[in-house]
Amino acid sequence: MANMALEHIYKRYGKTTAVTDFNLNVEDGEFIVFVGPSGCGKSTTLRMIAGLEEISDGVLRIGDRVMNDVPPKDRDIAMVFQNYALYPHMNVYENMAFGLRLRKVPKDQIDQRVRGGAKILQIEHLLERKPKELSGGQRQRVALGRAIVREPKVFLMDEPLSNLDAKLRVEMRSQISKLHQNLKATTIYVTHDQIEAMTMGTRIVVMKDGFIQQVDTPLNLYDFPKNKFVAGFIGSPSMNFLTATCNNKTVSGNGFSVEAQGKLADSLSAYNGKQVWYGIRPEHLGLEGSTTIAGGANRLTGVIEVVEPLGAETDLMVNIGGQTVVAKVDGHAQVKVGDTVTLFCDQSRMHAFDMEKELAIGR
Amino acid sequence: MVQPSSSQPRQSTSNPTTLAGLIAALVVTLFVYFQVFLFLREGTANPWIIFIVSLLWGIGGIWLLFTLVTSIVDLLPSKYRQGIMPWVFAAPAILLVFYYLLIPTFRTFWLSLLDAKSDKFVGLDNYIFAFTSPAMLESFKNNLIWIIFGGGLSVALGLLIAALSDRTRPSFEVSVKTLVFLPMAISMVGAAVIWKLVYQYSPAGASQIGLLNSIGTTLGASPIPFMITRSINTYLLVIILIWMQTGFALVVFAAAIKGLPSELLEAARIDGATELQSFFKITIPYIQVTIISVSTTIVISTLKVFDIVFGMTGGNYGTQVIANEQYTQMFRSFDYGRGAAVAMVLLIAVLPVVYFNVRDFGKEAKGF
Repeated sequence: MANMALEHIYKRYGKTTAVTDFNLNVEDGEFIVFVGPSGCGKSTTLRMIAGLEEISDGVLRIGDRVMNDVPPKDRDIAMVFQNYALYPHMNVYENMAFGLRLRKVPKDQIDQRVRGGAKILQIEHLLERKPKELSGGQRQRVALGRAIVREPKVFLMDEPLSNLDAKLRVEMRSQISKLHQNLKATTIYVTHDQIEAMTMGTRIVVMKDGFIQQVDTPLNLYDFPKNKFVAGFIGSPSMNFLTATCNNKTVSGNGFSVEAQGKLADSLSAYNGKQVWYGIRPEHLGLEGSTTIAGGANRLTGVIEVVEPLGAETDLMVNIGGQTVVAKVDGHAQVKVGDTVTLFCDQSRMHAFDMEKELAIGR
Repeated sequence: MVQPSSSQPRQSTSNPTTLAGLIAALVVTLFVYFQVFLFLREGTANPWIIFIVSLLWGIGGIWLLFTLVTSIVDLLPSKYRQGIMPWVFAAPAILLVFYYLLIPTFRTFWLSLLDAKSDKFVGLDNYIFAFTSPAMLESFKNNLIWIIFGGGLSVALGLLIAALSDRTRPSFEVSVKTLVFLPMAISMVGAAVIWKLVYQYSPAGASQIGLLNSIGTTLGASPIPFMITRSINTYLLVIILIWMQTGFALVVFAAAIKGLPSELLEAARIDGATELQSFFKITIPYIQVTIISVSTTIVISTLKVFDIVFGMTGGNYGTQVIANEQYTQMFRSFDYGRGAAVAMVLLIAVLPVVYFNVRDFGKEAKGF
C-alpha cells in the first residue's frame, strides 16, 4: 500500500503529444478512475505508471521512490489487462503463482496466497483449469486473482470489464468495489464508461485529448463540472446544452426562459447581453402536470419528437425552438409524438457555460 | 422407417427399375471412359482432337460419373445413404493415394524379400544386410549426426534469429528474414554446387579456388582437403542443410511469435519476469506446437537427406547416409532386393516422426 504522485507527466510520440502535463496525487487506499473517450491518453498514462511506456517528461513517485527508470517488475504493481492476458499454457493456479514464483516466494506461502485469493474470488474449483476452458467472467476473476496474490502497492486496471456482457459487467463492478473495500489497496482504474467511473471511483480523473479536464469525487463532477466537456461526459443521458442569451439573471432563447439563482446569478452578471450555453440535465427537467419540480417561470416549451418509455421513467426528446433537449419524465406520463408540452426546469440545478471557452460559469 | 434427425426427411424412392437403369448407365460410362483412356494413350490422332477429347473426358466424364454414383446412392435407403455418400466424394482421392503410395510401398516391401534380380525369395537376408553392412552402419551414425546437428541447429538458429529480429525495426526485420530465407529457394543440388566452391581444395602451392582455403592460405595456413577429412566432412555437409533450413524455421517461428499477444509479455514483465524468463516461460510454450512441427519437418528432411551428400561426396570418405546407400544399391549395384530393404528401413525410421508431425499440426489447428 502506498501513495503515488504524478508530477507534470508528458508522453510524446515523435511530434504528437499523447499526454500533457498530467498532475495527480493519489492517497494511500484511494480508488482512482481515469475516464474519457478513446484516445484521451488514459491508457497511456496507466501504462506509464506500469512502466510499459516510457515517461517522456515529469516525475512518477510510488511511495517516496521516483519510478521513472525503474523496470515494471521492481515497481511493486500488479495490472489487470482488458483481454485478461492469462498465460494460455498454464492452468489457473500456475497463472496466479507465476509472479510469486519469479519473486522466489517460498512454496507453502505461494500455495497459501493462491488458495486464499481463489477463495476471495470464488474460483477455487477452477484452479486446475486452463484459461481456454473458462468463460469470460471466470477469466476476469483469474486475472484479478493473479493481481491480488501479488499483494502489490498499487493495482492498475485497464478497462478490465469491457469484454464482458452487460449483466456480468454490473456484477463484476460491485465485486471489484467490494474487493477494494476489503483490501484497501491503492487502485488506478481506466475505463471509457462513465457509469463505471461514477460507481467505483473515490475520485475520478476526466481526460480528453491528453489533458486532464477535472479531478474530483463522483458527486462533485456531477454537480460542479468545470467545463462543458465534463458536464456532457458525466451523467446519462447527457446534459442538454442550449445556446441562450443572458439578460441579467435570466438565460433565454427561442421557446425557453430560465432564471438563475444564487451564485450562478451573480456570476452571470458579467455575461449580460452575451450568448452563453445553458445546461440542464434530463433528470432536472419535469413535465408540467406530472412533476414535483416547481418550475414557476422557468419553462421550456416545444414539440415532442421521440418518446422512449423505459418503464420507471420515459425519455422525451423535445424540440425547443429548433434545439433538441432530452427530458426524463414520469414513466406513466400521457404524452405522444407531436404533442406540444411545457417542461419545468429545476433552477437550482441549472448550469451555464462560457460560449467560447466552454468553461463553467461559477455556481 | 425412422429418419436420422440430422438429415432432411427425404422419402426413400427405392425403385428397382430406376436403380438397375442407373447401374447399367454407370457400367456403360466406365466402359466408354476406359476406351477413351486407351484412345488417348495411343495419342496418334490430331493433337487438337486429343486436347478437346481429353478436356471432355476429364471434366465431363468426372461430372457424369459423380452424377451417376450420387444418383444411385440417393436411391438407397436413407440409413445407408448417409454412410455411403462421404465415400463417394473421398473415393477418387483414396484411390489415387492407394495407387501412387500404398501399392508402391507394398511392392517395395515385396522386392526387399527377393534377391538382387527379384527372382528368388531370400527372406530377411536383405534386412540383415541393411542392419550389419559397414556402409549401412556408417549411414546410421551419419544420419544421427544429421538429425542432431542439422535439426537441432536449424531450429535453434531459426528461433534465435526470429526472436531477435522481432525486436528490430520492421524494415530491418524484413531484410534479415529475406537474407536468411534466400537459401530455401535454391535446390539442394544447387546448394551442393555452391558449397563445393566454398570447400574446394587444391594442393598447397596451387591457386586456391575454394573460398575457405583461399582465405586460409592468404592468412598463412596450409590448405585443408575438407571433403576427404573424415573427422569433419559430415559436419561440413550438415552446415549446408542448416544454411538452407534455418530460413524455413525462421519464417515459421517469426510468424508464430508475431501471433503472441503483446499483453502476455507485458503481463509477464509486470509479474517480474526478465527478458530471458519471459522468452523461455511465455514465448517458447506459446509457440511450442510450432516448434514441434518445424522440428519434425526438419528431422524428416535430415533423415531423407540425399542430394547434398550425392552432390558433394557421393557418399565417399565416410559420409554415407541411408538415402544415398539406397540409391547406390539400387541404381549403381542394381541390387533391387537390398535397395528395397534400405528403403523400407528409411520408411520405418521416418514413420514415427511423421506421426508426431501430423498429430501436432492437428493440435495447432485447434489452438489454445
